[in-house]
Amino acid sequence: MPEAPWKGTRMGQSRDSIADVWGPRAPYDKDWPVRVDEHTSEQPDRWVQSACVLCSNGCALDIGVKDGTIVGVRGRADDRVNHGRLGPKGLHGWQANHHRERLTTPLVRRGDVFREASWDEAMDLIVRRSQDIRDRHTSSAIGFYTSGQLFLEEYYTLAVIGKAGLGTPHMDGNTRLCTATAAAALKESFGTDGQPGSYTDLDTTDAVFDIGHNMAEQQTVLWMRVLDRRRGPRPPKLVIIDPRPIPSALEADVHLAPKPGTNVPVLNGLLHLIIEHGWIDRGFIDAHTIGFDRLEQTVSKWTPEAVERVADVPIPQLRAAADILGTANTLVSTVLQGVYQSMQATAAACQVNNLHLIRGLIGREGCGIYQMNGQPTAQNTRETGADGDLPGFRNWSNPQHIEELARLWNVSPDIIPHWAPPTHAMQIFRYCEQGSIKMLWVSATNPAVSLPDLPRIRKILDDEHVFLVVQDAFMTETASRADVVLPTALWGEKTGCFTNVDRTVHLSHKAVDPPGQAKSDLDIWLDYAKRMDFRDKDGASLIKWTTSEAAFEAWKACSKGRPCDYSGLSYAKLTGGSGIQWPCNDRFPDGATHLYTDGRFNTDADYNESNGHDLDTGAQITPKEYRAMNPAGRAIIKAADYIPPYERPDKEYPLWLTTGRIVYHFHTRTKTGRAPALKAQARDSFVEMSQEDAAAYGIQEGQMVEVRSRRGYARAPARITGIKRGVLFMPFHYGYWDDNRRPRAANEVTLPEWDPVSKQPHFKFSAVRIRAV
Amino acid sequence: MHVGLYLKMVRDSETRLQEAFKTVADHHQAEPDMEEICTLLSSWSAAKAASTMRFMHKYGQERDREPERLYSDLFQGPRRGGLALLRDLHDLWLMATEAQIAWTLLGQAAQALRDKDFIQTCQQNNAQTHRQISWLETRSKQAAPQTLIAA
Repeated sequence: MPEAPWKGTRMGQSRDSIADVWGPRAPYDKDWPVRVDEHTSEQPDRWVQSACVLCSNGCALDIGVKDGTIVGVRGRADDRVNHGRLGPKGLHGWQANHHRERLTTPLVRRGDVFREASWDEAMDLIVRRSQDIRDRHTSSAIGFYTSGQLFLEEYYTLAVIGKAGLGTPHMDGNTRLCTATAAAALKESFGTDGQPGSYTDLDTTDAVFDIGHNMAEQQTVLWMRVLDRRRGPRPPKLVIIDPRPIPSALEADVHLAPKPGTNVPVLNGLLHLIIEHGWIDRGFIDAHTIGFDRLEQTVSKWTPEAVERVADVPIPQLRAAADILGTANTLVSTVLQGVYQSMQATAAACQVNNLHLIRGLIGREGCGIYQMNGQPTAQNTRETGADGDLPGFRNWSNPQHIEELARLWNVSPDIIPHWAPPTHAMQIFRYCEQGSIKMLWVSATNPAVSLPDLPRIRKILDDEHVFLVVQDAFMTETASRADVVLPTALWGEKTGCFTNVDRTVHLSHKAVDPPGQAKSDLDIWLDYAKRMDFRDKDGASLIKWTTSEAAFEAWKACSKGRPCDYSGLSYAKLTGGSGIQWPCNDRFPDGATHLYTDGRFNTDADYNESNGHDLDTGAQITPKEYRAMNPAGRAIIKAADYIPPYERPDKEYPLWLTTGRIVYHFHTRTKTGRAPALKAQARDSFVEMSQEDAAAYGIQEGQMVEVRSRRGYARAPARITGIKRGVLFMPFHYGYWDDNRRPRAANEVTLPEWDPVSKQPHFKFSAVRIRAV
Repeated sequence: MHVGLYLKMVRDSETRLQEAFKTVADHHQAEPDMEEICTLLSSWSAAKAASTMRFMHKYGQERDREPERLYSDLFQGPRRGGLALLRDLHDLWLMATEAQIAWTLLGQAAQALRDKDFIQTCQQNNAQTHRQISWLETRSKQAAPQTLIAA
């Protein structure tokens, strides 16, 4: 790997990532040059290997430590993901670790105030309430809502506690808001979760297709890779679909800006043109897929004229995009919240899979589909079953898979809830609202700002009939409503693994001790399991590990033979050098860059993770129906016709609101809002609008604007840009922990409805009205 | 020839199903999914009911002398909440199943009539009804344990 002329080994900043997010260009083809980005406040005594947890990219870094304190980070030059680079959040976010507002002791509510408690007292209370609720109402009255921010070992431990200890079906992650559709679309098309390609596909690909993924602001390091290729000798073409003039749209060869909620018509229009021109791989379709005829028939009515009418995408632009996507010899597609949080989420994401399938662009170098994750460890929430899945991508409707888990855990299969899929987040909150869930345990997530329709969510969290346990490192808007708050260690203060979008597993070593009495989430759940005295069927402890490494070993056994096979990995193998991709086993001792290299997919009825769904309704395909389809290792091409959004602008609420992220913050800013440089650069929310709309409503740049929907309202200063007319945008990061003078959270306004297959809420459209205030 | 009688029956079934899905959509707005999906499924029944018109022109329509049997016993007054949701899904399933057998039987007659358009319409409507039933089964099976045990 060629090295950049300078290396970031000196103290201080190797570059100003706040002013220049992506840094200088390193034009290339094939081998991406190294550039080590570094930011330290003091010269470290030692460096500890880790990776970044402030987006899903999974950039490897070393944590600099001096006198037991984190004093900085530097990118790891030899890692396959980032080649030394880090983005602004990674370079600055670590400063939150030693912020004075860290929680350092358990807190128990007494009336309107918290008082400090010992761990014994807090855990005893939780255990007493758990046992009491379970005795009186069964485990179905206990729910867990976790995160995409913890480590694999923590999720797996939680999953075993929930599924084989308590036996509750109610466990989900905030991954439901971020990456549920990625998993759903991969399962529908390929039989199981698992990204087919690699980030390295960007090093050689002919074209990049990006739909609803603001890569330049969310995966800044991945975008550096695209930019460096674009400046190199053989630049890939770039097609962007997004209603906003985001940085990647300005760079694109073709930018389509459809109306909110019209991803399916646009994608169907592109597929129609590609099929019409004969830019398809008949041999691949016949040998390796089922369902093409239905797709051809469904998309046939989506002529460029029809697409223009419904989605407001000009005909020449659609044709230009189809020319690129139809003729590139290799193609990388990337999909994120603009698809996942919009109308027909899973259906639209599947059409991107279909594009690759009908063109035979899968399973080889340069051909990647990134059904993206939003969070650093969301992949692990999915793999371990700490969300609405079962561990190891197992199928809840396959009795053999339940037997496997029961054998692994030495429990009766009956205890493992498998009569229906695990309960989805929005349904968990609905059960809390109705009173049938009486205890909710929230870890490392902040639903009081991140869920849609906040007025309702606050009411649920405040309901005295729900015993609310929150474990977090800071007093979030959610923690402040809890009955018990448990202080946790952050990244850098505990050891564990996590896996990024391209299946690269990194081990993050403990660099420093957590403050005060804060404990790792793993230790908290191990303590809970011990106090609850969960046993296997021979009377031994259900949870047979006490360290993160032992938990990892247990997970390896669980994953063996499944697509996400970790059996060839170990803490030793993950220490030093680069992160390693799964599957890592006897067949692929160094991991595999591509899945499905032989055109065989995970759709065999005995192996798949899901039998799939009706994309319009979410109805499950029964095992019998699935066997009748007989995909037997072929990919499933699923067609979908357009269904208009249920809430559309009308006279009363004439504009669309869409929400999203900005480059300097992550989620509800629990950490990034406490890193001084990030906070200073993006202090407050805003309402982005077009010049036309600003003029129509008499709104000036910077003026305070009220955005109101049928559910609630939020206020923020106006920002006038080239966004599509009739569409407003608000970042979803801003809540109330640092400023509660006005309603400013975007989710005061958003819709609680969801995609019928992935159950991911529709944050990307709601009908609103605005006025200057 | 009693094809007209079955056409009238199935049209009435679909019209009632259309209304019932709409009612359930209204009653269970607090669920994250019910309003949207039931509104969609209601529109499918409306389309199925409308599709009978051209065959009624062709084969006539005949009023059934038997009193309407099923619908009057279902949906007694507005119901809200967890148990009501399960009961409503259960009732919708019964109604949709009744429509499905009617489409199946009409499809048999259509084949004997060698009426290609009629055969295809019955097949399509049968498939749409199957999709409605599949969703009702998926949703009610998911709701049943919580409703019957923990609520």
